[in-house]
Amino acid sequence: MSEIAEALGHAGRLLAAFDSGVWEIVLLSLEVSCLAVALAVLCGFPLGAALALYAFPGRRTVVILANALMGLPPVVVGLTVYLVLSRSGPLGDLGLLFTPAAMVIAQWVLVTPIITALTRQVIEDLWEEYEDELRSLGSTRGQAIGTLLWEGRYRLMTAVLAGFGRAIAEVGAVLIVGGNIAHATRVMTTAIALETAKGELGLALGLGAVLLTLALSINAVAYLTRDLARA
Amino acid sequence: MPSLISPATWPALESAHSVPRGTSRGASILPLRLEGVSYAPNGRTLLHEISLTLVSDAATVVLGPNGAGKSLLLRLCHGLIPPSTGRILWAGAGNAAKEQAMVFQRPVLLRRSVAGNLAYPLRLLGLGREERERRVAEALAMAGLTPLADRYARSLSGGEQQRLALARAWVRRPEVLFLDEPTANLDPAATRQVEAIVKRFRDAGTKVVMTTHDLGQARRLAEEVLFLHRGRLLEQAPAECFFAGPATAEARAFVRGELLW
Repeated sequence: MSEIAEALGHAGRLLAAFDSGVWEIVLLSLEVSCLAVALAVLCGFPLGAALALYAFPGRRTVVILANALMGLPPVVVGLTVYLVLSRSGPLGDLGLLFTPAAMVIAQWVLVTPIITALTRQVIEDLWEEYEDELRSLGSTRGQAIGTLLWEGRYRLMTAVLAGFGRAIAEVGAVLIVGGNIAHATRVMTTAIALETAKGELGLALGLGAVLLTLALSINAVAYLTRDLARA
Repeated sequence: MPSLISPATWPALESAHSVPRGTSRGASILPLRLEGVSYAPNGRTLLHEISLTLVSDAATVVLGPNGAGKSLLLRLCHGLIPPSTGRILWAGAGNAAKEQAMVFQRPVLLRRSVAGNLAYPLRLLGLGREERERRVAEALAMAGLTPLADRYARSLSGGEQQRLALARAWVRRPEVLFLDEPTANLDPAATRQVEAIVKRFRDAGTKVVMTTHDLGQARRLAEEVLFLHRGRLLEQAPAECFFAGPATAEARAFVRGELLW
């Protein structure tokens, strides 16, 4: 018991002192996940909206695929991205393995299907409500994509937050492609895994507290934006 | 030009009259001709072989009990659904869709301000900023919505929302306006305001085609009546003839206020 209390005390002191090692890790985590989610939004919003509005051969397959890929196992994504980026892989010449860029790519692969699938659902629902009105006002399907993305902005915010929650909390993918290198690719989740394994519970608990706070805030914001969406 | 117009005092309409409606791109899209138009989704015939001609100089009211196919007829004419058989022919060689507008029974307002809702179709038409602002201001005044320009559209009352939907049709300066039960869920005061706006469209030279099951409203607004019953067009007549002596037993019963189905 006293060990845990001691670790908690250590964690509190680390956070209260704005320990530079801790904040370096927290900042890198935020950078990697925010960038990955931003890229996933750039791909997932238009892709999801197009899936909702356009009929084309193989559409159902893509929709089912996007839905299924929402549950991609992070370690498998990590392994795949590792193989692609490794020296002998197709993109090996870029030398990205064990850099934050590799971690962004891995999380982008994880998050894009989530944002695509949720966007498709939101836009499909909205299209049902708006179709007659928008067509009557002279909108083409292409123009409707932009309109509906804006009309669904609060509900899409929930999709973005779901993607961010997934990215910031996963450990398998970033561990494999990042390597948990101190001052280079160490993020909260990989640090927690390593410190716990080493028995350094103080740092692990401190980072765990930050991660938990982030996750709870994201859920709270997601809940509040859902309320806005009903207005 | 007053900078602020209260909803109680309707603004003068000189500006609206000075603008030729619909015909800005040349030839009129009217008359509209329907030749043997049927609508039968999944094998169930909802509209039977409708043939008619709509000309420009009369407000047409489509009458009939619920389920007669009034809304379907409007949606077919407006091009939202394709006919199963028959043809829908607009006059002229231009883009007929651009010269029409439709206001639905439950209009879908965009999640933005009142003025934003009015600017939206103008942006789709590719109009410049100055022209957009001019038309938005004019439509706001026309519908008595100027004081509400910055309000969130979905926070408006039912009557205000319906007036906004009409104003959103107004900014496009349509030659033909389809109205689907525009006052179905409104109280008498809001209904009167909506009817005043419908008359403004009429006065500005827009061909109005509206459905209603409210006989009083039909008497107030109709110059021509189409009577639909169970998917068939039973009568097309000038309003005074129709109300004075309907030709069919179904229409006579409907005008007498008997329950028809």
